[in-house]
Amino acid sequence: MIPPSFEYFRPKTIPEAIALLQQHGDDAKILSGGQSLIPMMKLRLARPGYLIDINRIAGLSHINEEGGHLKIGGLTREAELEASPVVRAKYPIIVDTARVIADPQVRNLATVGGNLAHGDPANDHPATMVALGAQVVATGPKGERIIPIEDFFLSLFSTALQHDEILTEIRIPIPPPRSGGAYFKLERKVGDFATAAVAVQLTLDEKGACQNVGIGLTNVGPTPVKAKKAEDFLRGKKLDEANIKQAAQLAADGSEPSADLRGPVAYKKALVKELTKRALTRASERASK
Amino acid sequence: MAKKQTVRVTVNGRKREANVEPRTLLVHFIRDWLRLTGTHVGCDTSNCGACTVILDGKNVKSCTMFAAQADGSELLTVEGLIKDGQWHPLQEGFKQEHGLQCGFCTPGMLMSTYALLQRNPDPTEEEIRWGISGNLCRCTGYQNIVKAVQFAVGKMGKPKERPVEQGVAK
Repeated sequence: MIPPSFEYFRPKTIPEAIALLQQHGDDAKILSGGQSLIPMMKLRLARPGYLIDINRIAGLSHINEEGGHLKIGGLTREAELEASPVVRAKYPIIVDTARVIADPQVRNLATVGGNLAHGDPANDHPATMVALGAQVVATGPKGERIIPIEDFFLSLFSTALQHDEILTEIRIPIPPPRSGGAYFKLERKVGDFATAAVAVQLTLDEKGACQNVGIGLTNVGPTPVKAKKAEDFLRGKKLDEANIKQAAQLAADGSEPSADLRGPVAYKKALVKELTKRALTRASERASK
Repeated sequence: MAKKQTVRVTVNGRKREANVEPRTLLVHFIRDWLRLTGTHVGCDTSNCGACTVILDGKNVKSCTMFAAQADGSELLTVEGLIKDGQWHPLQEGFKQEHGLQCGFCTPGMLMSTYALLQRNPDPTEEEIRWGISGNLCRCTGYQNIVKAVQFAVGKMGKPKERPVEQGVAK
């Protein structure tokens, strides 16, 4: 399958890329890793007239802790996240997430910025970034603006990014001591989207009770679902079996999956419950280390 | 028609150049312009990995990339594995261990396992299986492919220290 014809641009700077976006309006698309966009173009689900390839723009690919945040450049590849020493040491939830995205070849090209900007609730980073309370940096003609992750996903394939903005960075608050996270995904096979997946990031207090927790759910709603009731329930409580079970039930109740080839609604809700239990347990173990 | 793009690449050590439409996929550029037909088009939907090539040291699916994106890059295709008339140990391994039946997936399998051994010259069985998780084989059941890689590891010699393979569950 050969995609429909388009004009190709390869700007060297962000201002150049933004100028091209302004010039061509809605008919222009950013080409990042291309691992979602190119298949969609082949299937004619996307037909941009202009592709703006940002892969040669310097300064969009980095992973570093600075000013209280882990900063991940929008163009950072999934494989780079998997291999990053700082991510492996302090952000196990991100390693859990990156390693189950598609397959090794796709992860060599796919970018974390693209995974979020695509606005697909079946993608894996959205729920993880919700659990982590991340911020998205959008760069447009007037400079940078910061979008909290809760305000970023509007509906299916729709985000708060304006058409002349580029997702240039993701900022994650550096977790305090006694923090841990985990991402659990059920997929039918490598490369498939999640039937359901659950991201948990939590911090324990000195007595081992849950001080703070973020829970994000993948592919069980039109956007990533923030399991707010489960989060509220857990704050201040011990992560014992009964509380984990109750929180998992609340997360399942808060999910809105649709029936598809991956299974009926009841199955997916039950899956959210089980995966939430496992993710809470693993996150709590990691926080206790 | 969209403005053509000049694509200059080094393929298997040789500099090549062509003018192509922006929508030309890298796999078609390799097969139809460069006439290197060892790289296969399998599913064409980024699922099977038959089109896997090494782009600047990384294994990628050439059906899910435009040729224009590869401009200035170094490519290694299955044709480039042979050196001075000698097969690569992986190629030998696939022969010795019967790592193929129909052979359609083999070029992609070779390139993915080549990339794996570049990163990690002494992979465990699990790491080998993880390394080929983006390549489908409908004949072998994968067992002999794993053996073929292990054959190559034996032939190439193990490093003193075992590197940590990325992304394998702990």
